[in-house]
Order: sequence, then C-alpha cells, then structure tokens
Amino acid sequence: MRRDIFQAVADPTRRAIIALIALQAMTPNAIAEHFDTTRQAISKHLKVLTECELVKQEHQGREIYYLLEIDKMKEIDKWLEQFRKIWETRFLQLDNLLSTLKKQQK
Amino acid sequence: MKSNLYFDFVADKVKNTLTIKREFLADRQLVWDCYTKQELLDQWFAPAPLTTKTKSMDFSEGGHWHYAMVDPNGTEYWGWTGYLKIKPIDYYTALDAFCNAEGEINEDLPRAEWLVNFTDRGENALVETVVTYKSLSDLETVIQMGMEQGMMATLEKLDQLLLTLKK
Repeated sequence: MRRDIFQAVADPTRRAIIALIALQAMTPNAIAEHFDTTRQAISKHLKVLTECELVKQEHQGREIYYLLEIDKMKEIDKWLEQFRKIWETRFLQLDNLLSTLKKQQK
Repeated sequence: MKSNLYFDFVADKVKNTLTIKREFLADRQLVWDCYTKQELLDQWFAPAPLTTKTKSMDFSEGGHWHYAMVDPNGTEYWGWTGYLKIKPIDYYTALDAFCNAEGEINEDLPRAEWLVNFTDRGENALVETVVTYKSLSDLETVIQMGMEQGMMATLEKLDQLLLTLKK
C-alpha cells in the first residue's frame, strides 16, 4: 500500500480535514462535526493522513488531538519546483527558435 | 541569456491544475505556428538534452500529434496529444497521454487536459497553458517520470551553463 503525501491530498475530504487542522489541533469528534459523513469514515481519513505522516496525534488528558505537520506540505512544493524547471527549459528553447524564425522572415 | 520575459507558474493543489503563462518576443501568429506545426514543435518541445521526434501529426479537431522525446542514449518516451477544439491563433484544447511507438495509449498513466490560450501583449505574444490532472498523485507520477528520464540533473547543468553565458 502506497503511502505518501500525494495520496493524502488526493481526496477532497482529506484536503478539507487538512484545512481544518491547519488552523488548530482538533479531536476526531470535533473534526467529524464538520462533515456529513460517518465518524468511521473520518477516522479512516485520519488514519491515512497519519500514515502519510501529514498529521500527528497529541494526547491531552483522555483526548487525542490531531495536528498538522507543516514540513510535509513543503514536499509538494519541491516537486512542483522541478516541474517548473522543465517548462522554463522548454520556453528558453522556444525563445531561441522564435528568434531564428524572425531573422529568417527579415 | 536568461530572459526577462513575463513568466508565471501557479499550481492549484485543490483543482490539480497548473497554470503557466509566458510572454514571447514574437507576434501571435509566429508563436501559434511554433505550437501547431510539426517541423517547429520538433525544434523546441522536449527539454534539453532530450529531443523531439514526430511520428505523425494532424493538427485539426479530432486529429492528433504522436511524438517521442528521445534521450541522448536513444531511449524513446512516446506521447499522444489528441486535439479537441481549435480556434486558430486564439486557443486550442487537447488531451495528453502516454503511449507506445504504435500509438497505443497507456491507460495506466495519467492523462491531462490542456488549454492553450494565445493573446497579444503589446508587440509580443502571451501564451497561457492550463494543464488539468485528475489528481495530485497523477501530477506526481508525471514529475517522477521526468526525474527518471534524467531531465532534472541536466536542467541544473543547463542553469549553470546559462549563468556562465551571462557572465
């Protein structure tokens, strides 16, 4: 079973959970109140998020709170930066081609 | 020479889209030609050191571009672009896919929708490309394939080269 950050954010409910706990640590019950789905479904999403190391649990008394691992979110940005570089290279090549074509037109 | 032309790259992680805007020092017709004519596409589309090789191209609605990106060792990475809507020198939309040399589409690999928009920006042209993936993990797969093709290491080399050229 593949577990990584991309799988974590591939699901809209999970993205919504991330947005919620980005603001403050929350208990599973408090998180579930924001959704129309079952408590079990939310638990499952939290389990995936935990396995992806995107959220961590903190025990406060008898309650478990979930909070966000901000550093993990930066991984996605790292990927995208590499993608951006591919496009930059492409465009520089197109610049060169356009400049050649313009010379030919004259 | 690194250019000072307008370049904007925005990833929307909620909609799984990449929006790439780039200005070019040429008129809209010439830039449109570079995007839509096989002999011109072949000269810029694959990021160096990969080169582009077209097997067949029919730039029309319902038509396609069947091409390969070839690495310096001669390994071919085949791609298939199916053209959906075309409004000359304004925009075209397409569905992008991975395939083999025979043009059989690989259904296991991510497909992306492309919307490519061409507008005037003074005497220059501005091209806006919106690439939509089904999910972020699709996008990751595509990037990883790029990594495997050794594009990244080379791109860094190119950056260094550009820096030397600028001095």
